[in-house]
Amino acid sequence: MMPLTRRQLAAFGLAAAWAATFPLPALAVTEAQARQLVDRAVADINAIISSGGSEDQMIRQFEGVFDDYAHSAAIAASALGVAGRSASNAQRSAFADAFGTYLANKYGRRFREFAGGEIKVQRTVPVNNYMEVQTVADLPGQAPFRVDFHVYDRPGRPVFFNLIVEGVNMLVSERQEIGAMLDQRGGDLDQLIADLRAMG
Amino acid sequence: MLILSAVAACTPAPPGGGVNDPYETTNREVHAFNKSLDRAVLRPLGQVAAEAPREVTGPVANFADNVGLPGMVLNGVLQGDVGGAGTNTMRFLLNTTIGLGGLFDPAGGIGLDEQTTDFGETLAVWGAAEGAYLELPVFGPSTERDAAGRIVDLALDPLSRVGTQPQLDYGLAARGAAIVIDRGRFMQSMDGVLYDSADSYLQSRSAYLQNRRFDLGEEPPAADAGVDPFALDLEGFE
Repeated sequence: MMPLTRRQLAAFGLAAAWAATFPLPALAVTEAQARQLVDRAVADINAIISSGGSEDQMIRQFEGVFDDYAHSAAIAASALGVAGRSASNAQRSAFADAFGTYLANKYGRRFREFAGGEIKVQRTVPVNNYMEVQTVADLPGQAPFRVDFHVYDRPGRPVFFNLIVEGVNMLVSERQEIGAMLDQRGGDLDQLIADLRAMG
Repeated sequence: MLILSAVAACTPAPPGGGVNDPYETTNREVHAFNKSLDRAVLRPLGQVAAEAPREVTGPVANFADNVGLPGMVLNGVLQGDVGGAGTNTMRFLLNTTIGLGGLFDPAGGIGLDEQTTDFGETLAVWGAAEGAYLELPVFGPSTERDAAGRIVDLALDPLSRVGTQPQLDYGLAARGAAIVIDRGRFMQSMDGVLYDSADSYLQSRSAYLQNRRFDLGEEPPAADAGVDPFALDLEGFE
């Protein structure tokens, strides 16, 4: 085996120092915290659904729920994927903003289909470095189905960063959708941001 | 046996965990056809169904679900899933009798929920590979394995032996009506995928494969296995 060069040793040393300064994120969010977060979010969503407001009112309220309980920055960064690497900070910020409105609109409309239903938290299991809160949505006249919330505390408070409905992963779907939208616009991120705003 | 060997000859998955879709060109043509069919027929009917009172649509949907149970019992037995086959048997007996021929769902009320299954799942349990993605005319998203399963389910449906006369007479019509009712009920979600998305073919393929693998307890494809939220660079997004 080749002995390590001084340069390599220095690199390892730097890496070790880096690791000591910025330890890998520990599993900081507890099961109880993750569960509480989802319980509160579900209570808010149920309240909005049963409030009987107009569609526009409900969607604005859903946007509030997203702001309070979801890590919208991470969801936006994940959706933009590799295209985000070459984006300026101003573009990233504008995209995150427009994407949040688009997402609340899209999922807000779909949550209305939960009217008369109920979401019940079943259990919480640790997965890698986050918590998976497994819930069951019970809709009248419909076999119950699984909705999982992925929760962590990266921004310093418990938030969910992904939603999985019967195996269908929101981050995966949105990354694909935003990728297709960018392709249609020849990769023009500013155009995409403007169009997302207009959809909101 | 012919179908089994057809399934065994399923297109192998591409290396690297990509989507196994060698027929994408044809699939996209079928997708366009299915969308035009939806726009012309299914969606307008769904809008009508969505306006109908639940007292009407509920019993129709229950009746349709109930006539599907004997087939699910048979598949449960073929998979060695005694619990699932037992639950579905109890459901069918309770709902067909106390549930007035299947119009009501007293079994669901006591926690005997449908253990949904089909011959596609039986093939999966027996070890057949998923095969390539297929979009079938009228029926929509599928795979080679699931398309073979559909054919077997149609051919072997035990309802003809165990069903009551009304179930034999109205079973098929009720199943058609249930598709319309679901289309109306999930109007926003379906419209979102079909008409509001940038590439509705990709969105429906992805949603179908993810959901199907979840139902069958199979691993999601490597690319979908989960996003590491700690690996994301959030600078500028916050």
